[in-house]
Amino acid sequence: MFASFMINTWLVATIVAPVAGVVGYFVVLRGSAFPAHAIPNGAFAGAAGAALLGISTLIGLAVFSLLGALGIGVLGRRGRRDVATALALVMMLALGAAFLSRTTEYEPEIYSLLLGEVLGVSTLELWPVLGLGIVSIAAIIVLYRPLMLSSAVPEIAEAKGVSRQRIEICFLLVVALATAMTLPVVGALLIFSLMIGPPAAARSFTSRPVLAMLLSVGIALATVWIAIAASYVYNWPIGFFVGAFGALAYGAGRGWAAWRRARTVASRPAVAAAHST
Amino acid sequence: MHQLYTWVIEPGFFASAPVRTAVAIGGVVAVVSAVVGLFTVMRGQSFAGHAFGDVSAAGGSGALLIGISPLTGFIGLGVIGAGMMELIGIQRVRGRDLATGIVLGAAIGLTALFLYLDTSASATTGAAQQILFGSIFTITSSLPLIVTFSVLAVGAIAVMWRPLLLATVSPDIAAARGVPVRLIGIAYMLALAIAVGLSSLTIGAILSTALLIGPAATALRLTRRTGGALVVACVTGVFATWAGILLAYDSYYWGSARRGLPVSFFIVAVIFVVYLLSGLATRRGAGGPRAAALAVGDVIARDKTAAGDQIAA
Repeated sequence: MFASFMINTWLVATIVAPVAGVVGYFVVLRGSAFPAHAIPNGAFAGAAGAALLGISTLIGLAVFSLLGALGIGVLGRRGRRDVATALALVMMLALGAAFLSRTTEYEPEIYSLLLGEVLGVSTLELWPVLGLGIVSIAAIIVLYRPLMLSSAVPEIAEAKGVSRQRIEICFLLVVALATAMTLPVVGALLIFSLMIGPPAAARSFTSRPVLAMLLSVGIALATVWIAIAASYVYNWPIGFFVGAFGALAYGAGRGWAAWRRARTVASRPAVAAAHST
Repeated sequence: MHQLYTWVIEPGFFASAPVRTAVAIGGVVAVVSAVVGLFTVMRGQSFAGHAFGDVSAAGGSGALLIGISPLTGFIGLGVIGAGMMELIGIQRVRGRDLATGIVLGAAIGLTALFLYLDTSASATTGAAQQILFGSIFTITSSLPLIVTFSVLAVGAIAVMWRPLLLATVSPDIAAARGVPVRLIGIAYMLALAIAVGLSSLTIGAILSTALLIGPAATALRLTRRTGGALVVACVTGVFATWAGILLAYDSYYWGSARRGLPVSFFIVAVIFVVYLLSGLATRRGAGGPRAAALAVGDVIARDKTAAGDQIAA
Protein backbone atom coordinates (compact mmCIF):
# COMPACT_ATOMS: atom_id res chain seq x y z
CA MET A 1 0.00 0.00 0.00
CA PHE A 2 3.02 2.22 -0.17
CA ALA A 3 3.32 1.94 -3.91
CA SER A 4 4.12 5.12 -5.79
CA PHE A 5 0.53 5.89 -6.67
CA MET A 6 -0.43 5.76 -3.01
CA ILE A 7 2.27 8.09 -1.78
CA ASN A 8 0.28 11.17 -2.63
CA THR A 9 -2.68 9.87 -0.71
CA TRP A 10 -0.58 9.35 2.41
CA LEU A 11 0.97 12.79 2.02
CA VAL A 12 -2.35 14.53 1.56
CA ALA A 13 -3.84 12.76 4.55
CA THR A 14 -0.86 13.69 6.69
CA ILE A 15 -1.32 17.34 5.74
CA VAL A 16 -5.08 17.27 6.10
CA ALA A 17 -5.40 15.55 9.48
CA PRO A 18 -3.52 18.10 11.61
CA VAL A 19 -5.52 20.95 10.09
CA ALA A 20 -8.76 19.10 10.78
CA GLY A 21 -7.57 18.37 14.29
CA VAL A 22 -6.73 21.97 15.11
CA VAL A 23 -9.68 23.66 13.41
CA GLY A 24 -11.93 20.90 14.69
CA TYR A 25 -10.91 21.65 18.26
CA PHE A 26 -12.54 25.05 17.95
CA VAL A 27 -15.51 23.62 16.07
CA VAL A 28 -16.20 21.40 19.05
CA LEU A 29 -15.43 24.13 21.57
CA ARG A 30 -17.80 26.55 19.89
CA GLY A 31 -20.52 23.99 19.32
CA SER A 32 -20.32 24.70 15.58
CA ALA A 33 -20.94 21.16 14.46
CA PHE A 34 -23.76 22.14 12.13
CA PRO A 35 -21.90 24.85 10.19
CA ALA A 36 -18.90 22.54 10.00
CA HIS A 37 -21.19 20.05 8.30
CA ALA A 38 -22.87 22.63 6.11
CA ILE A 39 -19.86 24.44 4.69
CA PRO A 40 -18.42 21.38 2.93
CA ASN A 41 -21.65 21.13 1.00
CA GLY A 42 -20.84 24.51 -0.49
CA ALA A 43 -17.48 23.06 -1.41
CA PHE A 44 -19.25 20.18 -3.13
CA ALA A 45 -21.26 22.64 -5.22
CA GLY A 46 -18.05 24.49 -6.04
CA ALA A 47 -16.24 21.38 -7.16
CA ALA A 48 -19.21 20.35 -9.28
CA GLY A 49 -19.46 23.80 -10.81
CA ALA A 50 -15.74 23.82 -11.50
CA ALA A 51 -16.01 20.46 -13.23
CA LEU A 52 -18.82 21.85 -15.37
CA LEU A 53 -16.93 25.00 -16.31
CA GLY A 54 -13.67 23.15 -16.76
CA ILE A 55 -11.72 25.21 -14.26
CA SER A 56 -9.54 24.03 -11.41
CA THR A 57 -11.46 22.03 -8.85
CA LEU A 58 -9.57 23.56 -5.98
CA ILE A 59 -10.58 27.09 -7.02
CA GLY A 60 -14.21 26.06 -7.25
CA LEU A 61 -13.92 24.37 -3.86
CA ALA A 62 -12.35 27.36 -2.19
CA VAL A 63 -14.65 29.98 -3.70
CA PHE A 64 -17.87 28.15 -2.92
CA SER A 65 -16.72 27.14 0.57
CA LEU A 66 -16.04 30.78 1.35
CA LEU A 67 -19.35 31.85 -0.20
CA GLY A 68 -21.13 29.17 1.80
CA ALA A 69 -19.49 30.27 5.03
CA LEU A 70 -20.40 33.90 4.37
CA GLY A 71 -23.92 32.89 3.41
CA ILE A 72 -24.42 30.99 6.63
CA GLY A 73 -23.02 33.86 8.63
CA VAL A 74 -25.16 36.49 6.94
CA LEU A 75 -28.39 34.48 6.74
CA GLY A 76 -27.96 33.42 10.32
CA ARG A 77 -28.01 36.99 11.48
CA ARG A 78 -31.41 37.68 9.90
CA GLY A 79 -33.20 34.48 10.87
CA ARG A 80 -32.59 31.63 13.26
CA ARG A 81 -29.07 30.27 13.11
CA ASP A 82 -29.93 26.60 12.76
CA VAL A 83 -32.61 27.21 10.11
CA ALA A 84 -30.26 29.39 8.07
CA THR A 85 -27.53 26.77 8.24
CA ALA A 86 -29.91 23.97 7.24
CA LEU A 87 -31.35 25.84 4.26
CA ALA A 88 -27.98 27.07 3.06
CA LEU A 89 -26.71 23.50 3.30
CA VAL A 90 -29.45 21.96 1.17
CA MET A 91 -29.41 24.82 -1.33
CA MET A 92 -25.71 24.26 -1.95
CA LEU A 93 -26.16 20.50 -2.17
CA ALA A 94 -29.00 20.95 -4.66
CA LEU A 95 -26.87 23.36 -6.69
CA GLY A 96 -24.10 20.81 -6.77
CA ALA A 97 -26.54 18.15 -7.92
CA ALA A 98 -27.79 20.47 -10.65
CA PHE A 99 -24.25 21.24 -11.86
CA LEU A 100 -23.37 17.58 -11.86
CA SER A 101 -26.47 16.65 -13.83
CA ARG A 102 -25.09 18.70 -16.72
CA THR A 103 -21.82 16.84 -16.88
CA THR A 104 -21.52 13.44 -18.43
CA GLU A 105 -20.12 11.58 -15.46
CA TYR A 106 -22.96 12.18 -13.05
CA GLU A 107 -22.82 9.11 -10.91
CA PRO A 108 -19.12 8.57 -10.17
CA GLU A 109 -18.60 12.29 -9.73
CA ILE A 110 -21.31 12.56 -7.07
CA TYR A 111 -19.81 9.67 -5.34
CA SER A 112 -16.22 10.78 -5.21
CA LEU A 113 -16.97 14.41 -4.38
CA LEU A 114 -19.39 13.63 -1.61
CA LEU A 115 -17.91 10.49 -0.19
CA GLY A 116 -14.22 10.70 -0.91
CA GLU A 117 -11.76 9.11 -3.27
CA VAL A 118 -8.56 7.69 -1.96
CA LEU A 119 -6.68 7.74 -5.22
CA GLY A 120 -7.85 11.08 -6.46
CA VAL A 121 -4.86 13.22 -5.61
CA SER A 122 -2.27 14.23 -8.16
CA THR A 123 1.15 15.57 -7.23
CA LEU A 124 0.22 18.94 -8.68
CA GLU A 125 -2.64 19.23 -6.23
CA LEU A 126 -0.43 18.57 -3.23
CA TRP A 127 1.07 22.05 -3.20
CA PRO A 128 -2.15 24.06 -3.08
CA VAL A 129 -3.45 21.68 -0.41
CA LEU A 130 -0.32 22.26 1.63
CA GLY A 131 -0.63 25.99 1.05
CA LEU A 132 -4.25 26.13 2.15
CA GLY A 133 -3.40 24.02 5.17
CA ILE A 134 -0.62 26.37 6.23
CA VAL A 135 -2.89 29.37 5.74
CA SER A 136 -5.60 27.73 7.86
CA ILE A 137 -3.22 26.93 10.71
CA ALA A 138 -1.66 30.37 10.47
CA ALA A 139 -5.10 31.94 10.71
CA ILE A 140 -5.83 29.95 13.85
CA ILE A 141 -2.52 31.03 15.38
CA VAL A 142 -3.12 34.67 14.55
CA LEU A 143 -6.69 34.56 15.87
CA TYR A 144 -5.80 32.36 18.82
CA ARG A 145 -6.38 34.71 21.74
CA PRO A 146 -9.60 36.38 20.57
CA LEU A 147 -10.86 33.04 19.28
CA MET A 148 -10.24 31.26 22.58
CA LEU A 149 -11.76 34.12 24.53
CA SER A 150 -14.81 34.36 22.33
CA SER A 151 -15.32 30.61 22.31
CA ALA A 152 -14.84 29.95 26.01
CA VAL A 153 -16.17 33.12 27.62
CA PRO A 154 -18.12 35.11 24.99
CA GLU A 155 -19.45 37.79 27.34
CA ILE A 156 -16.04 38.61 28.76
CA ALA A 157 -14.68 38.67 25.23
CA GLU A 158 -17.33 41.20 24.22
CA ALA A 159 -16.45 43.33 27.21
CA LYS A 160 -12.84 43.24 26.10
CA GLY A 161 -13.79 44.48 22.65
CA VAL A 162 -13.74 41.18 20.79
CA SER A 163 -16.77 41.26 18.53
CA ARG A 164 -18.50 37.89 18.69
CA GLN A 165 -19.97 38.26 15.23
CA ARG A 166 -16.66 39.25 13.66
CA ILE A 167 -14.94 36.25 15.20
CA GLU A 168 -17.78 33.99 14.10
CA ILE A 169 -17.44 35.06 10.47
CA CYS A 170 -13.65 34.76 10.61
CA PHE A 171 -13.89 31.34 12.13
CA LEU A 172 -16.40 30.13 9.55
CA LEU A 173 -14.02 31.34 6.83
CA VAL A 174 -11.19 29.35 8.37
CA VAL A 175 -13.45 26.29 8.44
CA ALA A 176 -14.19 26.94 4.76
CA LEU A 177 -10.48 27.00 3.94
CA ALA A 178 -9.82 23.85 5.92
CA THR A 179 -12.76 22.23 4.18
CA ALA A 180 -11.57 23.11 0.72
CA MET A 181 -8.31 21.35 1.37
CA THR A 182 -9.70 18.21 2.98
CA LEU A 183 -12.51 17.56 0.54
CA PRO A 184 -10.46 15.78 -2.14
CA VAL A 185 -9.42 13.09 0.29
CA VAL A 186 -12.38 12.45 2.50
CA GLY A 187 -15.25 13.91 0.51
CA ALA A 188 -17.67 16.67 1.38
CA LEU A 189 -19.93 14.71 3.63
CA LEU A 190 -17.22 13.30 5.80
CA ILE A 191 -14.79 16.12 6.32
CA PHE A 192 -16.57 17.10 9.38
CA SER A 193 -16.28 13.64 10.90
CA LEU A 194 -12.57 14.37 11.02
CA MET A 195 -13.26 17.78 12.51
CA ILE A 196 -15.58 16.48 15.20
CA GLY A 197 -14.68 12.96 16.30
CA PRO A 198 -10.99 13.36 17.14
CA PRO A 199 -11.34 16.76 18.89
CA ALA A 200 -14.39 15.60 20.85
CA ALA A 201 -12.46 12.57 22.01
CA ALA A 202 -9.43 14.69 22.85
CA ARG A 203 -11.50 17.05 24.96
CA SER A 204 -12.88 14.12 26.90
CA PHE A 205 -9.37 13.12 27.87
CA THR A 206 -8.03 16.55 28.79
CA SER A 207 -9.37 20.02 29.28
CA ARG A 208 -6.10 21.86 28.71
CA PRO A 209 -6.40 23.58 25.31
CA VAL A 210 -2.98 23.05 23.79
CA LEU A 211 -2.76 19.48 25.03
CA ALA A 212 -6.24 18.79 23.69
CA MET A 213 -5.31 20.24 20.32
CA LEU A 214 -2.20 18.08 20.10
CA LEU A 215 -4.17 15.01 21.12
CA SER A 216 -6.81 15.93 18.59
CA VAL A 217 -4.18 16.12 15.85
CA GLY A 218 -2.79 12.76 16.93
CA ILE A 219 -6.17 11.06 16.88
CA ALA A 220 -7.00 12.64 13.52
CA LEU A 221 -3.74 11.39 12.04
CA ALA A 222 -4.34 7.90 13.40
CA THR A 223 -7.87 8.00 12.00
CA VAL A 224 -6.89 8.90 8.44
CA TRP A 225 -3.90 6.60 8.35
CA ILE A 226 -5.88 3.61 9.52
CA ALA A 227 -8.73 4.61 7.20
CA ILE A 228 -6.44 4.75 4.18
CA ALA A 229 -4.85 1.41 5.04
CA ALA A 230 -8.22 -0.23 5.61
CA SER A 231 -9.63 1.30 2.45
CA TYR A 232 -6.69 -0.01 0.48
CA VAL A 233 -6.97 -3.52 1.91
CA TYR A 234 -10.74 -3.96 1.73
CA ASN A 235 -11.46 -1.69 -1.23
CA TRP A 236 -14.23 -0.05 0.76
CA PRO A 237 -14.65 3.74 0.65
CA ILE A 238 -12.33 5.67 2.92
CA GLY A 239 -15.26 7.74 4.15
CA PHE A 240 -16.82 4.74 5.81
CA PHE A 241 -13.75 4.15 7.94
CA VAL A 242 -13.40 7.83 8.83
CA GLY A 243 -17.03 7.99 9.96
CA ALA A 244 -16.70 4.75 11.90
CA PHE A 245 -13.44 5.68 13.61
CA GLY A 246 -14.74 9.13 14.41
CA ALA A 247 -17.67 7.50 16.19
CA LEU A 248 -15.35 5.05 17.96
CA ALA A 249 -13.04 7.83 19.13
CA TYR A 250 -15.99 9.85 20.38
CA GLY A 251 -17.42 6.79 22.13
CA ALA A 252 -14.06 6.04 23.74
CA GLY A 253 -13.85 9.62 24.96
CA ARG A 254 -17.30 9.53 26.48
CA GLY A 255 -16.68 6.14 28.01
CA TRP A 256 -13.50 7.43 29.60
CA ALA A 257 -15.27 10.52 30.92
CA ALA A 258 -18.07 8.41 32.39
CA TRP A 259 -15.57 6.05 34.02
CA ARG A 260 -13.68 8.99 35.53
CA ARG A 261 -16.93 10.39 36.90
CA ALA A 262 -17.88 7.04 38.40
CA ARG A 263 -14.46 6.75 40.05
CA THR A 264 -14.73 10.25 41.49
CA VAL A 265 -18.15 9.48 42.91
CA ALA A 266 -16.97 6.22 44.43
CA SER A 267 -13.88 7.71 46.04
CA ARG A 268 -15.56 10.71 47.64
CA PRO A 269 -18.37 9.99 50.08
CA ALA A 270 -19.85 13.47 50.00
CA VAL A 271 -20.01 13.45 46.24
CA ALA A 272 -21.42 9.93 46.34
CA ALA A 273 -24.16 11.06 48.68
CA ALA A 274 -25.03 13.94 46.39
CA HIS A 275 -25.16 11.60 43.40
CA SER A 276 -27.25 8.95 45.09
CA THR A 277 -30.40 11.11 45.18
CA MET B 1 -52.65 33.40 -24.69
CA HIS B 2 -52.15 29.83 -25.77
CA GLN B 3 -48.51 30.68 -26.40
CA LEU B 4 -48.13 31.89 -22.85
CA TYR B 5 -49.84 28.81 -21.52
CA THR B 6 -47.50 26.43 -23.32
CA TRP B 7 -44.55 28.55 -22.34
CA VAL B 8 -45.37 28.09 -18.68
CA ILE B 9 -46.65 24.53 -18.90
CA GLU B 10 -44.92 22.55 -21.59
CA PRO B 11 -47.10 20.18 -23.62
CA GLY B 12 -47.87 16.81 -22.21
CA PHE B 13 -47.51 17.84 -18.59
CA PHE B 14 -50.94 16.85 -17.35
CA ALA B 15 -51.11 13.82 -19.60
CA SER B 16 -47.91 12.28 -18.29
CA ALA B 17 -48.50 9.49 -15.78
CA PRO B 18 -45.20 9.92 -13.93
CA VAL B 19 -46.04 13.58 -13.51
CA ARG B 20 -49.45 12.82 -12.06
CA THR B 21 -47.92 10.30 -9.63
CA ALA B 22 -45.23 12.78 -8.71
CA VAL B 23 -47.78 15.52 -8.07
CA ALA B 24 -49.91 13.27 -5.88
CA ILE B 25 -47.09 11.73 -3.85
CA GLY B 26 -45.14 14.95 -3.73
CA GLY B 27 -48.13 16.81 -2.39
CA VAL B 28 -48.85 14.29 0.35
CA VAL B 29 -45.22 14.11 1.39
CA ALA B 30 -44.90 17.90 1.45
CA VAL B 31 -47.81 18.15 3.86
CA VAL B 32 -46.32 15.57 6.22
CA SER B 33 -42.95 17.28 6.15
CA ALA B 34 -44.49 20.67 6.79
CA VAL B 35 -46.53 19.46 9.76
CA VAL B 36 -43.66 17.65 11.45
CA GLY B 37 -41.17 20.31 10.39
CA LEU B 38 -43.15 22.98 12.19
CA PHE B 39 -42.21 21.40 15.47
CA THR B 40 -38.67 20.67 14.33
CA VAL B 41 -38.11 24.37 13.76
CA MET B 42 -39.88 25.37 16.98
CA ARG B 43 -37.75 22.94 18.95
CA GLY B 44 -34.60 24.28 17.28
CA GLN B 45 -33.74 20.80 16.05
CA SER B 46 -32.84 21.56 12.45
CA PHE B 47 -29.54 19.75 12.83
CA ALA B 48 -31.22 16.62 14.19
CA GLY B 49 -33.75 16.84 11.36
CA HIS B 50 -30.92 16.97 8.89
CA ALA B 51 -29.14 14.10 10.60
CA PHE B 52 -32.27 12.00 10.10
CA GLY B 53 -31.89 12.64 6.40
CA ASP B 54 -28.43 11.15 6.40
CA VAL B 55 -29.55 8.19 8.48
CA SER B 56 -32.35 7.75 5.93
CA ALA B 57 -29.74 7.71 3.18
CA ALA B 58 -27.96 4.83 4.87
CA GLY B 59 -31.27 3.03 5.23
CA GLY B 60 -32.22 3.53 1.61
CA SER B 61 -28.89 2.40 0.23
CA GLY B 62 -28.86 -0.55 2.60
CA ALA B 63 -32.35 -1.49 1.44
CA LEU B 64 -31.19 -1.46 -2.18
CA LEU B 65 -28.36 -3.75 -1.20
CA ILE B 66 -30.57 -6.41 0.33
CA GLY B 67 -33.23 -6.00 -2.30
CA ILE B 68 -36.11 -4.45 -0.37
CA SER B 69 -37.88 -1.25 -1.24
CA PRO B 70 -35.99 1.96 -0.52
CA LEU B 71 -38.98 3.38 1.34
CA THR B 72 -38.73 0.59 3.92
CA GLY B 73 -35.07 1.33 4.34
CA PHE B 74 -35.58 5.08 4.52
CA ILE B 75 -38.17 4.85 7.25
CA GLY B 76 -36.82 1.72 8.94
CA LEU B 77 -33.36 2.99 9.68
CA GLY B 78 -34.80 6.38 10.56
CA VAL B 79 -36.90 4.77 13.27
CA ILE B 80 -33.90 2.85 14.58
CA GLY B 81 -31.89 6.05 14.42
CA ALA B 82 -34.54 7.83 16.47
CA GLY B 83 -34.19 5.20 19.15
CA MET B 84 -30.41 5.46 19.16
CA MET B 85 -30.45 9.22 19.32
CA GLU B 86 -32.78 9.01 22.30
CA LEU B 87 -30.27 6.69 23.95
CA ILE B 88 -27.15 8.77 23.47
CA GLY B 89 -28.73 12.20 23.61
CA ILE B 90 -27.56 14.54 26.35
CA GLN B 91 -29.53 17.39 27.83
CA ARG B 92 -27.04 20.16 27.25
CA VAL B 93 -27.48 21.71 23.81
CA ARG B 94 -23.83 21.55 22.84
CA GLY B 95 -23.45 17.93 23.85
CA ARG B 96 -26.54 17.11 21.84
CA ASP B 97 -25.14 18.75 18.71
CA LEU B 98 -21.90 16.81 19.01
CA ALA B 99 -23.69 13.49 19.47
CA THR B 100 -25.92 14.33 16.51
CA GLY B 101 -22.87 15.11 14.42
CA ILE B 102 -21.19 11.85 15.31
CA VAL B 103 -24.30 9.82 14.46
CA LEU B 104 -24.57 11.77 11.23
CA GLY B 105 -20.95 11.07 10.33
CA ALA B 106 -21.31 7.38 11.04
CA ALA B 107 -24.52 7.27 9.00
CA ILE B 108 -22.89 8.92 6.01
CA GLY B 109 -19.99 6.52 6.31
CA LEU B 110 -22.47 3.66 6.18
CA THR B 111 -24.14 5.24 3.16
CA ALA B 112 -20.77 5.44 1.44
CA LEU B 113 -20.19 1.76 2.11
CA PHE B 114 -23.65 0.63 1.03
CA LEU B 115 -23.63 2.70 -2.16
CA TYR B 116 -20.22 1.33 -3.04
CA LEU B 117 -21.43 -2.23 -2.46
CA ASP B 118 -24.62 -1.46 -4.41
CA THR B 119 -22.74 -0.41 -7.50
CA SER B 120 -20.25 -3.24 -7.41
CA ALA B 121 -22.81 -5.91 -6.58
CA SER B 122 -25.50 -5.17 -9.09
CA ALA B 123 -23.73 -3.04 -11.68
CA THR B 124 -26.74 -0.75 -11.78
CA THR B 125 -26.08 2.94 -12.05
CA GLY B 126 -28.17 5.62 -10.50
CA ALA B 127 -28.23 4.28 -6.94
CA ALA B 128 -26.42 7.27 -5.49
CA GLN B 129 -28.55 9.73 -7.40
CA GLN B 130 -31.78 8.02 -6.43
CA ILE B 131 -31.02 7.72 -2.74
CA LEU B 132 -29.34 11.06 -2.21
CA PHE B 133 -31.31 13.27 -4.55
CA GLY B 134 -34.64 11.57 -4.93
CA SER B 135 -36.57 9.84 -7.66
CA ILE B 136 -39.95 11.52 -7.74
CA PHE B 137 -40.65 10.54 -11.33
CA THR B 138 -39.81 6.89 -10.83
CA ILE B 139 -41.30 5.99 -7.49
CA THR B 140 -42.10 2.29 -7.24
CA SER B 141 -43.68 2.33 -3.80
CA SER B 142 -47.44 2.31 -3.86
CA LEU B 143 -49.50 5.38 -3.12
CA PRO B 144 -51.63 3.60 -0.49
CA LEU B 145 -48.49 2.64 1.46
CA ILE B 146 -47.23 6.20 1.34
CA VAL B 147 -50.59 7.55 2.42
CA THR B 148 -50.67 5.08 5.31
CA PHE B 149 -47.33 6.26 6.63
CA SER B 150 -48.38 9.86 6.11
CA VAL B 151 -51.58 9.41 8.07
CA LEU B 152 -49.58 7.72 10.81
CA ALA B 153 -47.16 10.62 11.15
CA VAL B 154 -49.69 13.43 10.81
CA GLY B 155 -52.15 11.58 13.01
CA ALA B 156 -49.59 11.22 15.77
CA ILE B 157 -48.88 14.95 15.67
CA ALA B 158 -52.59 15.76 15.64
CA VAL B 159 -53.28 13.56 18.63
CA MET B 160 -50.40 15.07 20.61
CA TRP B 161 -50.98 18.60 19.41
CA ARG B 162 -51.54 20.52 22.63
CA PRO B 163 -49.11 18.62 24.88
CA LEU B 164 -46.50 18.62 22.12
CA LEU B 165 -46.87 22.36 21.65
CA LEU B 166 -46.60 22.96 25.37
CA ALA B 167 -43.61 20.65 25.72
CA THR B 168 -41.97 22.43 22.79
CA VAL B 169 -42.50 25.96 24.01
CA SER B 170 -41.88 25.33 27.67
CA PRO B 171 -40.79 21.85 28.78
CA ASP B 172 -40.72 22.84 32.45
CA ILE B 173 -44.30 24.06 32.52
CA ALA B 174 -45.34 21.01 30.54
CA ALA B 175 -43.69 18.69 33.03
CA ALA B 176 -45.26 20.59 35.90
CA ARG B 177 -48.66 20.08 34.32
CA GLY B 178 -48.14 16.34 34.06
CA VAL B 179 -47.29 16.18 30.38
CA PRO B 180 -45.09 13.11 29.70
CA VAL B 181 -42.38 15.16 28.03
CA ARG B 182 -39.98 12.31 27.34
CA LEU B 183 -42.68 10.08 25.84
CA ILE B 184 -43.93 12.89 23.65
CA GLY B 185 -40.37 13.55 22.56
CA ILE B 186 -39.96 9.96 21.45
CA ALA B 187 -43.30 9.94 19.59
CA TYR B 188 -42.34 13.16 17.86
CA MET B 189 -38.97 11.71 16.80
CA LEU B 190 -40.74 8.70 15.30
CA ALA B 191 -43.02 11.01 13.34
CA LEU B 192 -39.89 12.86 12.24
CA ALA B 193 -38.28 9.63 11.07
CA ILE B 194 -41.37 8.83 8.99
CA ALA B 195 -41.57 12.34 7.53
CA VAL B 196 -37.92 12.33 6.52
CA GLY B 197 -38.19 8.80 5.18
CA LEU B 198 -41.13 9.76 2.99
CA SER B 199 -39.53 12.89 1.61
CA SER B 200 -36.37 10.92 0.86
CA LEU B 201 -38.45 9.32 -1.89
CA THR B 202 -39.42 12.52 -3.57
CA ILE B 203 -36.58 14.89 -2.93
CA GLY B 204 -33.74 12.67 -1.79
CA ALA B 205 -32.46 11.77 1.65
CA ILE B 206 -29.92 14.53 2.04
CA LEU B 207 -32.22 17.20 0.63
CA SER B 208 -35.21 16.13 2.73
CA THR B 209 -34.26 18.84 5.20
CA ALA B 210 -35.46 21.48 2.75
CA LEU B 211 -39.04 20.20 2.79
CA LEU B 212 -38.86 19.69 6.53
CA ILE B 213 -37.43 23.03 7.60
CA GLY B 214 -38.02 25.52 4.79
CA PRO B 215 -41.81 25.82 4.63
CA ALA B 216 -42.12 25.66 8.42
CA ALA B 217 -39.47 28.32 8.98
CA THR B 218 -41.09 30.53 6.34
CA ALA B 219 -44.48 30.14 8.00
CA LEU B 220 -43.13 30.96 11.44
CA ARG B 221 -41.59 34.12 10.07
CA LEU B 222 -44.89 35.26 8.62
CA THR B 223 -47.32 34.50 11.42
CA ARG B 224 -47.16 34.08 15.15
CA ARG B 225 -50.20 31.84 15.48
CA THR B 226 -49.33 28.14 15.37
CA GLY B 227 -52.51 27.15 13.54
CA GLY B 228 -51.88 29.76 10.88
CA ALA B 229 -48.26 28.69 10.62
CA LEU B 230 -49.38 25.13 10.02
CA VAL B 231 -51.54 26.16 7.08
CA VAL B 232 -48.89 28.43 5.60
CA ALA B 233 -46.25 25.71 5.95
CA CYS B 234 -48.39 23.10 4.19
CA VAL B 235 -49.31 25.47 1.39
CA THR B 236 -45.70 26.55 0.94
CA GLY B 237 -44.43 22.97 0.90
CA VAL B 238 -47.00 21.76 -1.61
CA PHE B 239 -46.52 24.82 -3.79
CA ALA B 240 -42.76 24.35 -3.82
CA THR B 241 -43.10 20.67 -4.70
CA TRP B 242 -45.56 21.26 -7.52
CA ALA B 243 -43.64 24.24 -8.86
CA GLY B 244 -40.48 22.13 -8.73
CA ILE B 245 -42.13 19.33 -10.69
CA LEU B 246 -43.39 21.77 -13.30
CA LEU B 247 -40.04 23.52 -13.65
CA ALA B 248 -38.19 20.23 -13.92
CA TYR B 249 -40.61 19.04 -16.60
CA ASP B 250 -40.25 22.30 -18.49
CA SER B 251 -36.48 22.30 -18.16
CA TYR B 252 -36.27 19.45 -20.64
CA TYR B 253 -37.38 21.92 -23.28
CA TRP B 254 -34.89 24.62 -22.34
CA GLY B 255 -31.98 24.85 -24.70
CA SER B 256 -31.31 22.20 -27.27
CA ALA B 257 -29.70 19.57 -25.07
CA ARG B 258 -33.04 17.97 -24.14
CA ARG B 259 -31.66 17.28 -20.68
CA GLY B 260 -33.49 18.79 -17.77
CA LEU B 261 -32.30 19.68 -14.33
CA PRO B 262 -33.16 17.52 -11.33
CA VAL B 263 -36.58 17.99 -9.74
CA SER B 264 -35.11 18.12 -6.27
CA PHE B 265 -32.93 21.05 -7.29
CA PHE B 266 -35.98 23.06 -8.34
CA ILE B 267 -37.95 22.17 -5.22
CA VAL B 268 -35.09 23.21 -2.97
CA ALA B 269 -34.52 26.37 -4.97
CA VAL B 270 -38.17 27.41 -4.71
CA ILE B 271 -38.18 26.72 -0.97
CA PHE B 272 -35.00 28.73 -0.54
CA VAL B 273 -36.26 31.69 -2.56
CA VAL B 274 -39.58 31.72 -0.72
CA TYR B 275 -37.73 31.69 2.59
CA LEU B 276 -35.57 34.63 1.52
CA LEU B 277 -38.63 36.53 0.34
CA SER B 278 -40.35 35.91 3.67
CA GLY B 279 -37.37 37.59 5.29
CA LEU B 280 -38.14 40.72 3.29
CA ALA B 281 -41.80 40.55 4.26
CA THR B 282 -41.07 40.42 7.97
CA ARG B 283 -38.73 43.34 7.78
CA ARG B 284 -41.11 45.46 5.75
CA GLY B 285 -44.63 45.03 7.11
CA ALA B 286 -46.68 42.08 8.34
CA GLY B 287 -47.42 43.80 11.61
CA GLY B 288 -44.09 45.52 12.01
CA PRO B 289 -40.83 44.41 13.54
CA ARG B 290 -42.26 43.88 16.99
CA ALA B 291 -44.97 41.54 15.80
CA ALA B 292 -42.45 39.68 13.71
CA ALA B 293 -40.25 39.33 16.74
CA LEU B 294 -43.15 37.82 18.59
CA ALA B 295 -43.49 35.09 16.00
CA VAL B 296 -43.65 31.76 17.74
CA GLY B 297 -40.18 30.74 16.71
CA ASP B 298 -38.58 33.67 18.42
CA VAL B 299 -40.73 33.35 21.49
CA ILE B 300 -39.13 30.03 22.25
CA ALA B 301 -35.72 31.54 22.12
CA ARG B 302 -36.57 34.58 24.11
CA ASP B 303 -39.08 34.13 26.88
CA LYS B 304 -40.19 30.56 27.41
CA THR B 305 -42.23 31.25 30.52
CA ALA B 306 -44.38 33.93 28.95
CA ALA B 307 -45.11 31.71 26.00
CA GLY B 308 -46.00 28.85 28.26
CA ASP B 309 -48.51 31.05 30.02
CA GLN B 310 -49.88 32.12 26.67
CA ILE B 311 -50.43 28.55 25.55
CA ALA B 312 -51.62 27.31 28.91
CA ALA B 313 -54.17 30.09 29.27
